[in-house]
Amino acid sequence: MDVLYFAWVRERIGLPRERVETTAATVSDLVEELRAREPRYAAAFADISALRVALDQELSDFDAPLEGVREVAFFPPMTGG
Amino acid sequence: MRVLVQEASFDLGSVTEAFADAVAGAGAVVTFTGVVRDADTGDMAAMEIEHYPGMTQKALEKIASEAMTRWDLADALVIHRYGRLEPGERIMMVATAARHRKDAFEAAEFLMDYLKSRAPFWKKEVLRDGEAEWVAAKDADEDALKRW
Repeated sequence: MDVLYFAWVRERIGLPRERVETTAATVSDLVEELRAREPRYAAAFADISALRVALDQELSDFDAPLEGVREVAFFPPMTGG
Repeated sequence: MRVLVQEASFDLGSVTEAFADAVAGAGAVVTFTGVVRDADTGDMAAMEIEHYPGMTQKALEKIASEAMTRWDLADALVIHRYGRLEPGERIMMVATAARHRKDAFEAAEFLMDYLKSRAPFWKKEVLRDGEAEWVAAKDADEDALKRW
């Protein structure tokens, strides 16, 4: 699946998007996998309560299943307007 | 209903006039415009607005559709910019038209409250000394959604 990062999540990880091969069942499982990769991922995902997630461009939750999902995006709370 | 996500500036006068002309007979037109203000601390050079291109349009259309459903509106318009903006530049605007002002005002506030916390935009303040900081979401903005 494609994993996208925005704002300071993108800056901490150092890239805007990447292709991730995973068998993670839920968003939280995917976060655990990413955290374990490298310190920059651990830093970006240190506090999940400071993050939001979108699945296929719809806001979702960290306990949501990933089956059939093509695009996951992680970002801080939005600040539009 | 119209949603525009764009980098370019927009002419407030002509956009408002065109919107009002198209809903002639509606009775009430409300517009709100967001302008880049100076940073709370320091001397701001620019506001950089990042967004999620695939999702932004859809998210805003969903919010605008919800407004059209909840209130008796003749029309609604949302324009939101992204990219690098300087203090004083217009970031975004909403316009609503209805037979009665209450619907137009309430729908405009609803649009503003939702696009602040539910549309995928992120603001970064770039100061003149080169420092830059992401604008943190405010609890008050999230709380504002509860009244709807």
